[in-house]
Amino acid sequence: MTSASASKKSTKNEISPIITINKLNKWYGKFHVLKDIDLEVNKTEKIVICGPSGSGKSTLIRCINRLEVHQEGSIVVDGTELTDDVKQINEIRSDVGMVFQHFNLFPHLTVLENCTLAPIWVRKKSKLEADEMAMELLTKVKIPDQAKKYPGQLSGGQQQRVAIARALCMQPRVMLFDEPTSALDPEMIKEVLETMIELAESGMTMLVVTHEMGFANKVADRVIFMDEGQIVEQNDPKNFFNNPKSDRTKLFLSQILNH
Amino acid sequence: MNKNEVFIKLPDRPPPSSTVGIIAWTQKNLFSSTTNALTTILFFYLIYLYIPPFFDWAIFNANFSGSDRSICDANKAGACWTFIKVRFDQLLFGLYFASNPDQIWRPVVALSIFVLLLIPLVIEKTPHKKWLLIFLLTIYPIIFITLVYGGYFGIPISNTTQWGGFLLTFALAFVGIVLALPIGIILALGRRSEMPIIRALSVTYIEFWRGTPLITILFMASVMLPLFFPSGVEFDKVVRAMIGITLFQSAYTAEAVRGGLQAIDKGQSEASMALGMGYWQRNVFIILPQALKISIPSIVNTFIALFKDTSLVSIIGLLDLLNMSQTASRSLDWNGYDIEGYLFAGFIFWACCYGMSSYSQKLERKLDTEGRTE
Repeated sequence: MTSASASKKSTKNEISPIITINKLNKWYGKFHVLKDIDLEVNKTEKIVICGPSGSGKSTLIRCINRLEVHQEGSIVVDGTELTDDVKQINEIRSDVGMVFQHFNLFPHLTVLENCTLAPIWVRKKSKLEADEMAMELLTKVKIPDQAKKYPGQLSGGQQQRVAIARALCMQPRVMLFDEPTSALDPEMIKEVLETMIELAESGMTMLVVTHEMGFANKVADRVIFMDEGQIVEQNDPKNFFNNPKSDRTKLFLSQILNH
Repeated sequence: MNKNEVFIKLPDRPPPSSTVGIIAWTQKNLFSSTTNALTTILFFYLIYLYIPPFFDWAIFNANFSGSDRSICDANKAGACWTFIKVRFDQLLFGLYFASNPDQIWRPVVALSIFVLLLIPLVIEKTPHKKWLLIFLLTIYPIIFITLVYGGYFGIPISNTTQWGGFLLTFALAFVGIVLALPIGIILALGRRSEMPIIRALSVTYIEFWRGTPLITILFMASVMLPLFFPSGVEFDKVVRAMIGITLFQSAYTAEAVRGGLQAIDKGQSEASMALGMGYWQRNVFIILPQALKISIPSIVNTFIALFKDTSLVSIIGLLDLLNMSQTASRSLDWNGYDIEGYLFAGFIFWACCYGMSSYSQKLERKLDTEGRTE
């Protein structure tokens, strides 16, 4: 399946889904975190996933690059199904970028090395090529002058932008964001969101778990609301915010919008 | 400045003079209370009482000249460094080289090469450090064996049973440290592996060797090991000691490394996984560099312990630096001067261990990119 699907990648239709999740179920021990999740993500689509904490939204996107293992159902990313096959997993992971709440930069490497390590060792690029691309992307996230510094010397907002650049250096087809602004000071949230908006405008497929409803309103093609491991409601942002269908969604929106 | 301005920035002022300077320091650290003042005075008195007499004995009244005990016997008020001077070769290089003075250049050259390799490695700005280190770990042992053991290039063989003194201590500790670190790292990774069999094997190994005293392992290596081999096969005693020490030391190193591995945030391996890096890539580039950095103090701690524990090889009849000093000071020629022998051995042990310790502290500071220490 691997080699055949790899060659198919390029010929695939533009509207075809890049991620297909079918009847996904996951348990932590006896706790049922994800229940019968069905989700298709099309190329260049931007999806914002929101919901109360413990609703399974982070777990869902962590299943997509198998940081979490699901027990039932299937996840197909770009034509490759996620199974126990380590090679396939690493292939999918290198095509799916992820940005974490706590940045998870490598503190012992400089900003530039953070960005070039995986391109050099996973993508087998030359150091020169990797450096060049990293500098280009660091310029895009507006911190090329910090390239030689260590992550510990940067502010939270700068660190998160490095993390975005690091993920982009792998030239991913999809970007996953797991509460990228939740650990930031209010003054720094804006700079990270701006970077994400620019990325969205460049046509990247994005799945974003966030509480930033302004971002959702502005960027998302679709907003998904999750609660207790299920997708409660999904709609385009205009209808989602103005005409929520379920009472659960109404309650959630009233709680996060009116404070 | 505008009078209507609400916020006025105050200029920085220097701290009050009573909190800086020598007098302030003395007051704060030595005489801050009556009890502290009394303790300070008591300790100064004790220093006055014991330190000058020691220096009188060890330096000012000490005997350095001559080549036999008559001089020392005539001046009992001073230390007998003549003994160390006369038996220097024996204490440092063992019986073979002491009795073959024409061969003594061999260990001298071997140890000098080590020092010459070590100095640039310790200096921060040396280029190509990686290659120096690789040379030290691969080619240097061959040079050492060729020079010290001999057998090639017309160099006569020095039987390992006649190895001793600092040379033996060095050889045992070098092998123990150099082999135990990689084995320990593999074991530590194995203990945290998700594969149950690998994990079980690592745990069993670590707990078995860690639970056994080194002295027992050395004794077993000497007495038991030959039983497993056909009677004709003679296993070198020093090699057996090296194997025993490595088995023992790797278990300790593994636990020190595991401590570092556990301190690394899960996000680090998740981030490297998310970038598509495989198991070895994650560990070699992301996890181990950080884990080893954290475990430097405890790894060096085990190395220092090992360096001193090499003295236990006396149980299988090998004479390391300490036992060689003891033996020499009990010979007919120098009977009664064991304090000098112990002091000499102690000083060399201390110098080596202190060197390792201060290098590890330097390394910690250098690798600290997060500003943890200070």
